[in-house]
Amino acid sequence: MTLIEIRGLTKGYPGVVANDDVSFDIDKGEIHALLGENGAGKSTLVKMIYGLVRPDIGTMTLDGESFAPTEPRASRVKGVAMVFQHFSLFEALSVAENIALGMENPPKTNALSNQIREVSLKYGLVLDPNRLVGDLSVGERQRVEIIRCLLQDPKLLIMDEPTSVLTPQEVDALFTTLRRLRDEGTSILYISHKLEEIKILCNRATILRHGKVIGICIPKNETAKSMAEMMVGSKLKTPQKTVTNFGLPLLIIKNLSLKSTDPFGTSLKNITFNIRAGEVMGVAGVAGNGQDELMLALSGEVLTEVNSIQLENNFIGQSGPVERRLHGLLTAPEERLGHAAAPDMNLSENTLLSGFQRQKLGRRGFINKSGAAAFAEKIIEKFDVRTTSVSSAAKSLSGGNLQKFVMGREILQNPKVFIVNQPTWGVDAAAAAFIRQSLLELASGGAGVLVISQDLDELMEISDTFTVISEGRLSEPSPIKGVTTEKIGLLMGGSKKI
Amino acid sequence: MDISIVSLLATLIVAATPILLAATGELIVEKSGVLNLGVEGMMIIGAICGFIAAVNTDSPLIGFIVAALAGAALSLLFAVLTQYLLANQVASGLALTLFGLGLSALLGHGYSGIKPPSSPKMEWFGMAELPVVGPIFFNHDMMVYFSIFLVLVVWLFLKFTRGGLILRAVGENHEAAHALGYKVIRIRILAIMFGGACAGMGGAYLSLVRVPQWTEGMTAGAGWIALAIVVFASWKPWRLILGAYLFGGVTILQLNLQANGFDMPVSYLSMAPYLVTIVVLVIMSADRRRASLNAPASLGKIFHASS
Amino acid sequence: MIRLEPRTDPSQTMIILTPILAVLATMVVGGILFVTLGKNPFEAIRMIFWDPLFGEHAFYYRGQILVKAAPLIMIALGLSFGFRAGIWNIGAEGQFIMGAVIGGATGLALYPLDSFIVFPLMVVMGALGGFLWAMIPAFLKIRFNANEILVSLMLVYVAFNFLIGMVTGPLRNPDGFNFPESRSFQDFPAAHNPELWAGTGIHLGVLTTLGFIILAYIMITRHIFGFNVRLAGQAPRAAKFAGVSPNKMIAICLGLSGALAGMAGLFEVTGPAGKLTTTFPLGYGFTAIIVAFLGRLHPIGILLAGLLMAVTYVGGDIIQSQLSLPKASIQVFQGMLLFFLLAVDVLVNFRLRISKRISK
Repeated sequence: MTLIEIRGLTKGYPGVVANDDVSFDIDKGEIHALLGENGAGKSTLVKMIYGLVRPDIGTMTLDGESFAPTEPRASRVKGVAMVFQHFSLFEALSVAENIALGMENPPKTNALSNQIREVSLKYGLVLDPNRLVGDLSVGERQRVEIIRCLLQDPKLLIMDEPTSVLTPQEVDALFTTLRRLRDEGTSILYISHKLEEIKILCNRATILRHGKVIGICIPKNETAKSMAEMMVGSKLKTPQKTVTNFGLPLLIIKNLSLKSTDPFGTSLKNITFNIRAGEVMGVAGVAGNGQDELMLALSGEVLTEVNSIQLENNFIGQSGPVERRLHGLLTAPEERLGHAAAPDMNLSENTLLSGFQRQKLGRRGFINKSGAAAFAEKIIEKFDVRTTSVSSAAKSLSGGNLQKFVMGREILQNPKVFIVNQPTWGVDAAAAAFIRQSLLELASGGAGVLVISQDLDELMEISDTFTVISEGRLSEPSPIKGVTTEKIGLLMGGSKKI
Repeated sequence: MDISIVSLLATLIVAATPILLAATGELIVEKSGVLNLGVEGMMIIGAICGFIAAVNTDSPLIGFIVAALAGAALSLLFAVLTQYLLANQVASGLALTLFGLGLSALLGHGYSGIKPPSSPKMEWFGMAELPVVGPIFFNHDMMVYFSIFLVLVVWLFLKFTRGGLILRAVGENHEAAHALGYKVIRIRILAIMFGGACAGMGGAYLSLVRVPQWTEGMTAGAGWIALAIVVFASWKPWRLILGAYLFGGVTILQLNLQANGFDMPVSYLSMAPYLVTIVVLVIMSADRRRASLNAPASLGKIFHASS
Repeated sequence: MIRLEPRTDPSQTMIILTPILAVLATMVVGGILFVTLGKNPFEAIRMIFWDPLFGEHAFYYRGQILVKAAPLIMIALGLSFGFRAGIWNIGAEGQFIMGAVIGGATGLALYPLDSFIVFPLMVVMGALGGFLWAMIPAFLKIRFNANEILVSLMLVYVAFNFLIGMVTGPLRNPDGFNFPESRSFQDFPAAHNPELWAGTGIHLGVLTTLGFIILAYIMITRHIFGFNVRLAGQAPRAAKFAGVSPNKMIAICLGLSGALAGMAGLFEVTGPAGKLTTTFPLGYGFTAIIVAFLGRLHPIGILLAGLLMAVTYVGGDIIQSQLSLPKASIQVFQGMLLFFLLAVDVLVNFRLRISKRISK
C-alpha cells in the first residue's frame, strides 16, 4: 500500500538544479532509503517533503490526497515528521521544553513528561524529561529529536544521516527502534550514504545523482560496491598505502589535560601519545568527546602546560599558533568556513592565515600581495580547486573545493607534523579520495600525520596506528591490524581497553 | 548629618523605577536574542512625548500611554534596520540613541520650565499611615506598583507560557527555532517594540514624576544603566528589581550626602552611580560559566532565513 | 514580494555608492523635517551644505570646517580599527576629556615655563591620558569579560564629572574671577595651539590628523595588523587560528583609539576651545562614531565623512542663527545620516529580488 507518491519534483536555485524530475513511492510500513553523494539533492528533496522548501514543478500525494505543504507545520499536521542531521535543539532548555517546542499543541508539562517517559520506555530511547539538553550526549540528543517526532504519531518519519553521530552499539539500538516502528505500520525515509547500513536495514532504496533519480533497487539484492557505483557513476580510486618503517617520534604528547571553558564542552584528561615520522595516526570518536578541545590544544589556539606538547626538541605547550607553525606543526580544523578560512576574504588573503610567517608572505609586517596570490595559485593548481580566481571569496567555493584549498594550503607548506580534524566531511567522493591520497603522500615523505575523523572506514583505510577518543580520554594507540569495528564501538562507548 | 533611613528608602524606590521599567523591557528584547543599545534614545523620546502629552491633556496617565507608544514607534526603526535590513545591532542601537537624543531636544524646544500635571499617590486603605513601612512601601504613585507588576508579568510569561518558551527558544538558537517553523523575525520585532514601550514609560516617569520637568538630555545615562542591570540580573526578572534598587540607592545616597554638606566635592559624588555600575558589571561578567549559561546564546547574532 | 538574496562576493559598486545614497536620502527626509518645522526645505538644505563652502561668509566658515573636521577624523581613525575588529569603544568622549585634562594639567603645572618642550610634552600626556582611560575597559574586558560598550560609556560620565571637579578645584585659574575654568592657553604661548595660517583654521592638530590619515591607510591596506583587525572582526575563530591573540587585539585597539581621542582633546582644548571649562566637550567623541561608520571604517572614507560632518556642524550653526532653528535639529540630521547608511548598507552583501509569488 502506497503512503506517499512523489511525481516529477523539480527545484532549481541560481546556477544549479537541485532536484530534476524526481519520482518515487514510499509504501506503508516500509523503511525506504534515499541514497546519494553529497550534493546529489537529498536534502532539497526532503526539505520539499517536509515543507521547508516549495518545489518549482511536481506533485506529491499522501494517503491518496494531494500533499503540498507550505511550511513544516503543515507537514506535521498531515503526519510527516523529520529528524534532522543537525539537531534543532535548545541547549539551555530541558528535554520536555525542547519536545514541547517541536509540537503543535503540547500538553501541560506534567502530562507531557509522562508521555515522554512512556514513549521512551516503549521504544528503548531512555530519557529524563527534566535534564537540560546541553548536558546530554549526542546520541541522547538524537533520542530527544526522535521522541519529539514519535509523540505526534507520524505516518512518515524522515531521518537525515542519523548514524553519523552514533557509536556502533547506539546504531544497533536505533535500528531496533526503527524496525519496531516499521512493524507497527510507520514508514521511514532513511537518508544516508552508508551502504552497509542500508543493506541491513532498508526495504528499498532510491538512488539520486546530480539531482536525478538514477534507480530504485532492493538493497538486499545488491552489494555495497554495486550501490556505490550507482551513486557515484564512475570507478573510484582507492588510496594506496605504501608501508614504511617509521622514523623518530616527531610529536610527543604527555599527560595533556585541559579544562573546557565551555560549560557544555568536554575536558581533556591525561592524553598521551607519540607520532613518528612517516606515521599516520587515526583518532576515531563520536562528535563531542573532546575532538575540538584536542584540536585547539594542538594548534596552539588554547595554551597548555609547556611540557605536555613536544615537537622534536621544542616544548611548545605555551606557544601560540604562529610559533608552532614556524616549528613545523600545521593544523586544519573541522569548520571550514569561519575557522580554517575567513568566508568573506578571498583565497589570496586566506593564504595569509597560516602562511604569512612560514611562507614568508610578508616583510617586517608588510604583506607581500603578489607572493600571497602566487601561493594561492599554486594551491589551486596542485589541488585541483574549482574556482574562478584567487580573488573569489572563500564562501563562494563549494564545500569540497574549499576543503581541498585548506588542505592544500597546509600540505604545500611541508609540515613536519600535520593534524587534521574531519578531512573529508561533506566532501564528494572524488575530492575525498584525492585528500586521503595527499595525506598518505605527506606521510610517506617523512611527515607525521594525525587524522581525527568520525568516518571509521576512512580511518581504517589510511591509518597506521589507531586510537579512540572518548569523554576526553584517549585509548592506548594500537597498530591498525587487528582492530575491528566492534572493538572500536566499545571503545567509543567508553570502555578503556579492547 | 541628618539622613532619614525611611525617606532614603522611599526616594530610592522612586529613583529606581524608571530604570526598572526600561530594564524589564530590555530583558525581553535580549531574551529574544537582540541587543538593543538604543534604550537611552527610547527613554528620552518617551520622556518628551509623555511630557508633551501630559501637559497638553492635563493627564499623566495619557502621558504614560503616549510615551509607551512613542518608545515602541522609535524602536520599530531599530527593528526594521536589524531584522529586515540585517544591519549591525551595535551600530543601529547607537544610531537610535543619537537620533532619539536629537529628536527629543527638537521636540522639547519650548517645553522647559513647565510643570507637568502631578501623578497622584495610590491609596492603600490608609496603610500609608503605618510607621516605617507606610512611607516606604505604600505611599507611591501608580507607576511604581506598575513597574513591579510588570516584572511579575514578565516572569510568569517567560516561565509558564508557551509564548515565553518560544521567545526563549528564539533567543537561545534562532536557527533551530526557524527550522521548527517559528517566525523568528516577527517574534523579535514584537519583543523589540515591547522593549521600546517599557523604555518610553521609564523615560516618562523621569519627566513626569521623578524630576518632574523636561530638560534636554535628562536621562543622563539611565538607559545605559538599564542595560547594565540586565546583565547584573543574569537575565532573570526578579533580579532586575534588586539591581534597579541598588542603583537607585546609590544615586539617592550620594544626592543626600551632597545635600548634607558631606565633605567631598559634588562632582566626585556624582560619579558614584556610574562607578558602582562598572563594579557590578565586572562582578557579574567575571563568572564566565554562569554568565554563558544565562545569556541567550543567540544574543547579538544576525539572523537571515535562507530558504 | 521583496526578498534579500545573498551575493557570492560583496558588491564593489555598492561600497562606493551606499554612502552617497545615504546622504541623498538624509537630504530628502531632512527636507521634510524642515517643512514640518515651517521652514523652506531647499533654503535649509542649502544653508547646511552649500553656504559653509561657497556662501557669502564662506571664507570664515571654511576655516571652521577644518577646525571641526580634524578632531572628528582623528578620533574616528582610532575608532575604526576597533570597530573593524568588533571592539566597540563608545567612550571616546570620555577619553577625549581625559586627554584634555591630563595634557592640559601638565601644561598648566609648568606655567609659565617658556620652552619648546612644553607643547610636545602636553601632546604626549594627552595621548597617554586618553590611552589610560581606554585601558580601563580594555583591562576589565580581558580580565573579567566585562562589556566594553557599557564600561567605556559609564566612564564618559565619570570623566565629565572629573572635569568639573578639576576646573572648580585644582585647575581653576588662580588669576581668574573664580569662574569654573582653567587659565587660558592663549596666555601661555608655549602651551598654545594657534591657528597657523589666519582664516584657514589649520592648527597643529589638523596637520597631525593628516599624518594619521596616511599612516592609517598604510596600516589597513598593507600591514598584517590591518589584516588581522579585519580578520578578527569578520571571522573571530579564523583569527584565533591564524594566531591573533584576542586579548592583544582588545588592548591595542582600545589603547590606540583612546590615545587618538586623548590627543584630539588636547589639541582642541589648547587651540579652538582655548581653556578647560565645563562646556568645552562638544560631543565629538560620539559624532566620531557616525563619522567612522559613514566612512565605512576606511581612512579615506573617514576623511570625506569627517569633512561632511563638519560641514553639517557649521551648517547647523548657520540655520540656528538664520532660521532660528534649535541646535538639536542638526543632531537629528546627523542621526538620520547614520540610520540611512546602516539601512542601505545591506545592499553591499545582499541583492534585492522582487519576485511574483502566487501565495496559496
